[in-house]
Amino acid sequence: MNEMFTKAMARNIFYGGTLFFFLLFLGLTFDTMTVVPTRSNDNVIAKDANGKRTELGAQIVQGKKVWEDNNCVGCHTILGEGAYFAPELGNVYVRFGNSTDAIKAFIMSRPKNGIPGRRSMPQFNLSDADLEAVAQFLKWTSEIDTAGWPPNIKG
Amino acid sequence: MQYKSQSVSKLYFIAAIGLFVGQILFGLILGLQYVWGDFLFPEIPFNVARMVHTNLLIVWLLFGFMGSAYYIIPEESETELFSPLLAHLMFWIFLVAGAATVAAYLLVPYATLADITMNDLLPTMGREFLEQPTITKIGIVIVVLTFLFNIGMTVLKGKKTVVNLVLIMGLLGLAVFFLFSFYNPANLVMDKFWWWWVVHLWVEGVWELILGAILAFILIKITGVDREVIEKWLYIIIAMTLITGIIGTGHHYYWIGTPEYWQWWGSIFSAMEPIPFFLMVVYAFNMVNNRRKDHPNKAATLWALGTPVMAFLGAGVWGFMHTLAPVNFYTHGNQITAAHGHMAFYGAYVMIVLAMISYAMPILRGRVAANSKKSQNLEMWSFWLMTVSMVFITLFLTGAGILQTWLQRMPEAAQALDFMTTQDQIAIFFWMREVAGTTFFIGLIVYLISFFVGSSDEEATVK
Repeated sequence: MNEMFTKAMARNIFYGGTLFFFLLFLGLTFDTMTVVPTRSNDNVIAKDANGKRTELGAQIVQGKKVWEDNNCVGCHTILGEGAYFAPELGNVYVRFGNSTDAIKAFIMSRPKNGIPGRRSMPQFNLSDADLEAVAQFLKWTSEIDTAGWPPNIKG
Repeated sequence: MQYKSQSVSKLYFIAAIGLFVGQILFGLILGLQYVWGDFLFPEIPFNVARMVHTNLLIVWLLFGFMGSAYYIIPEESETELFSPLLAHLMFWIFLVAGAATVAAYLLVPYATLADITMNDLLPTMGREFLEQPTITKIGIVIVVLTFLFNIGMTVLKGKKTVVNLVLIMGLLGLAVFFLFSFYNPANLVMDKFWWWWVVHLWVEGVWELILGAILAFILIKITGVDREVIEKWLYIIIAMTLITGIIGTGHHYYWIGTPEYWQWWGSIFSAMEPIPFFLMVVYAFNMVNNRRKDHPNKAATLWALGTPVMAFLGAGVWGFMHTLAPVNFYTHGNQITAAHGHMAFYGAYVMIVLAMISYAMPILRGRVAANSKKSQNLEMWSFWLMTVSMVFITLFLTGAGILQTWLQRMPEAAQALDFMTTQDQIAIFFWMREVAGTTFFIGLIVYLISFFVGSSDEEATVK
């Protein structure tokens, strides 16, 4: 490289550039934090002044835990993130005809030993409460403003 | 070996290679499950095998990074490691904790694991790549902090070089951003937003500092080019990495409930993310072409040149392919992402660790500078087998992804195929990927064999 361009200059670009763009990133992050609650209906799951959630809110939060405790993201995507082995679930509530019952029925009916030669979801033996919770979580997720994604209902 | 304590890195490298083999075996299982849906079902469901595949990758790369640091830091600082004992201790803790976690994935249902490790106390599990029980995550933090303390103290008592400084900054960033894995908000959008602070700011941020520092060290050693020149390049490369990569995080914030302005920020900045990788290619080839000496370790030179090329292709070109918001709208979360992920991880991080192992291992095993010709030839065969296989894995997954986009995403809802129908339509690509995966595994076997042949032959020399 050119003799005019010294190592000190390169170093200063590194430190200065990193600092500048990290601060810009923090600024954008701060703004995002103020917008996300409205885009995701955070009021439904938020705690009130007494630190309590509504019954539905508590169910949705429990549903996210059921989602995590069974590693659903290990096969499925949710809002396009996860594994690409099984269908997108961010809009599954809509795809299943706006029905939490259909979601629950699907999860419950998975055969324990799978389907010969085919991919099959494991039977998780969820309790009724957990089933309802995860279905409500998926319904809430389907209502997030995702800037129009996915392109069609197939996910 | 210039300093006795560098020998601790050998342990780390051996563990890294061992876990690498495990990672690839589970990759082959996953590839087969893509086309033979009930393979190993219900004993090892896809989600479990995938968790093992990705977690082993992360853990063996961490072993590789730590091993590299334990080799580089004393040599650059021109002093013995602060505490070889601590390095040994942390090695066994990390290995046992890692092995126990993987064994638990395979032996008990994930929900049971969450239960017995008391995930309810501080729920962090069940998120992609961060599936480890909270207790394992705490263990990782302890191991990494102890490691940082150890190398930090070494640098403090010795010489401070740019390579040392950049390496430590990268590793410190790795530790700092991992802390976000403990933050799991109840709101899925918030969860996803902060999850990327670990995942993106690792692989498209601070890990590239580690990559840059290791590559700089190897280039200094094998080319004999003045370190002032190499350090200047290093600064420019990592400057471009972070200038583009930090705001580039925005390319993950298009469709997850975050504001639309990220489509602009993410597209513009991540479109520039290939620049540092391109610079890295130019620089590595320049340094080798302008070398002041010939180094007898041809295999290490090959890995060191291969790394920037494959990183540029995998991270740069394949990343750019789907990073612009209007394109990503159709490709988000399909096989294109898988294609990019495979080549980027291999090119940037697998190859730099293998380059470091290739450079250091002969010396750690008592050679002056290089293995015998026979051993090097075999290692170079494994380079080509694995690298070409990875190119094909990526091409086949790209083919699958393009078709998936075309069949499932592009048409109107009435004409679009649903997910599983699409998967059946593109199965041929998954079969070909599995074949390429198998040749990758053969390459890996050849790589392993290269450590055991020609050991009694005399060391390769510069002609």
